[in-house]
Amino acid sequence: MIEYKRLVRRTEPYILGAIILLSALIQARSGQFFTNNNLVDLTRSMVVPALFAIGAQMVIISGGIDVSFTAVASLAMYATTRILLPIDYAGNVALAYAMGASFGLVMGALNGVLIAWFRFPTLVVTLGTSSLFVGIMQGVLGAHELPVPQSMREHGQAFLFSVHNAQLDLSSEMPVTILILLGILALVFLIMRYTMLGRGIFAVGGDEVSAQRAGFNVLGTKMFIYCFVGAVAGIGGIARASMMQNCHPTNLNGMELTVIAAVVLGGTRVSGGLGTITGAMLGVALMTIMSNSLILIGVPTYWQKVFTGAIIIIGTGVSAWQVNASQRRLATRRLATGKQLG
Amino acid sequence: MTNKTAPIGRLRIAKDEDRNLVRLLIMLLFVFALMSALRPDIFLRPGNFISMATQFPEYGIMAIGISLTMIAGGIDLAVVGTANLSAIAAAKYLIATAPKGSPDGQVLGAILVAIPLALAVGLAAGAFSGFLISRLGIPPILATLGTQQLYTGFAIVLTSGKPLSRLPLLYSELGNAELFGFLPVPFLLYAAVAILIGVVLAKTRFGLRVYLLGTNAKAARYAGINNDSVLIRTYMLSGLLSSVAGLIMMARANSAKADYGASYTLQCVLIAVLGGVDVNGGFGTVRGVTLAVLILQFLSSGLNMFEHVSNFYRDIIWGGVLILALVFNWAIARRRERAFYKK
Repeated sequence: MIEYKRLVRRTEPYILGAIILLSALIQARSGQFFTNNNLVDLTRSMVVPALFAIGAQMVIISGGIDVSFTAVASLAMYATTRILLPIDYAGNVALAYAMGASFGLVMGALNGVLIAWFRFPTLVVTLGTSSLFVGIMQGVLGAHELPVPQSMREHGQAFLFSVHNAQLDLSSEMPVTILILLGILALVFLIMRYTMLGRGIFAVGGDEVSAQRAGFNVLGTKMFIYCFVGAVAGIGGIARASMMQNCHPTNLNGMELTVIAAVVLGGTRVSGGLGTITGAMLGVALMTIMSNSLILIGVPTYWQKVFTGAIIIIGTGVSAWQVNASQRRLATRRLATGKQLG
Repeated sequence: MTNKTAPIGRLRIAKDEDRNLVRLLIMLLFVFALMSALRPDIFLRPGNFISMATQFPEYGIMAIGISLTMIAGGIDLAVVGTANLSAIAAAKYLIATAPKGSPDGQVLGAILVAIPLALAVGLAAGAFSGFLISRLGIPPILATLGTQQLYTGFAIVLTSGKPLSRLPLLYSELGNAELFGFLPVPFLLYAAVAILIGVVLAKTRFGLRVYLLGTNAKAARYAGINNDSVLIRTYMLSGLLSSVAGLIMMARANSAKADYGASYTLQCVLIAVLGGVDVNGGFGTVRGVTLAVLILQFLSSGLNMFEHVSNFYRDIIWGGVLILALVFNWAIARRRERAFYKK
């Protein structure tokens, strides 16, 4: 009974239900959903948003919000490509990832200093820094579309396995970048669940003052979050450029909103302190299925933004309502006991 | 109790705000002097001032809207979406009832309906954001990020993503007219809005409640203020101002499109922060915001005089100025706090 109640209060089962319903609907309308190539394609287009979602979720759990990660990813990706392209770098792709992660880390550290040390509001800071990063990329570096160096090209073409849809004569490949996603997922899962650092992130998001009193290093925890999230964004940028086989400076713009929406939809509490990786990944899956399949069920792409907006509002509305409801329950209970005492 | 403490509190706030205004004024004069010294031949031309007075009202009015919501402890990130959606509603109506080339009388009649229509759309858009924030308790950032997407989405659906041109000429003629040959209509609208909102904030009960709500929402509730109603009205006001900005944008571009002014959101937040609006709510004046608007316009027109400077340097400058303004305000607040504890 208790187990059942706990399940009902959680968000993940609802998201899973929504995914199943939506998939069934798309399958019924188009007959093209549960085909091997569509499923592989969906997974493929989930890789980069999922990487970003991991970072966005850590920030939201800690009580902040980061809208700069797409700018960080774009600049890290562009700077790395600019450096490696002239020599058409063909060595281990790990170097590209290390460079992207380092660029991201530096940019994340700037966010971290402004947020952790100066204690400025996260939204205003990340709005400012994302404008700064975009400006540096397009003004100072004069960004334009670039091909990627050989190592990234090969890395992006490499695949784990390939499926063939005989009916449509289409093949899809599972990219190796999914291993990077899985690796980072495992790392973040371990950090968030089994280390004091991870518990500190939840504690800071739940109540900063209490976390401080309980002995958590709030400043250090926040610095870690923004540096780490910057590095993950940089890695996401490299993965993106590799998979697209070219480095496009602006086509990540606007993705920050869908990613944040996905995270919140997945049950991460917007005021901080609560959230699961499973939920965030389910949220990303739902958003990806939605944006990839609107066409399959005959909805014009013009409606994309309306759907994103509606999902953000419904997702955040439901979670805000749940919080309010639990507070109200608490208040009425107090009132009831008060009356009994009186 | 409130009667006793309010004047003292107000006095201290007034003193701090005077200092802030003096700082902004010095900054304004500095930027003005710098630009005049760099390119006196271009910057000091009367034509340049008229064109600046035509440019700043559209984002200045939205900045006042964002500032209102920030003073109330929130933020309205949907101003640009609201502005475009309102403009598109007005444009659709104008094109349907008085297409390009209709007689002036018919156009005028259509304009007299189109403007209230746009304002109503703005009010409704703001009311919906306010409802999400106050009644459902969604954090303002996320609620308005959502409504921004939603309104821009509706705007795209209504126009299929294409600009709505073919507006009757009279509309943009009226919108770009210059009173006495040197007072552009957008500038007059900005002045009217600034004075009106300034008075509302400083002199009315509603204004006081907005400040109280932004300072401490719980205390405001225990003081008997209906926070939900104040919040909804604040966001409605912000929506209304956005629709005014949308109408100005539509006159200037002589068209309406779903993605006009995409960079204005950041710029408006920057103006509010620069103008001394507290990001945590409770402080800020229209005077400060107006000075910040002018500083930005001088900077931006100044940059325009150098053709070889890429437009993207503007992004760096906006982002950089925003962060510097935050650091500066932080340093001032810290010094003040230290002085306070010394006493």
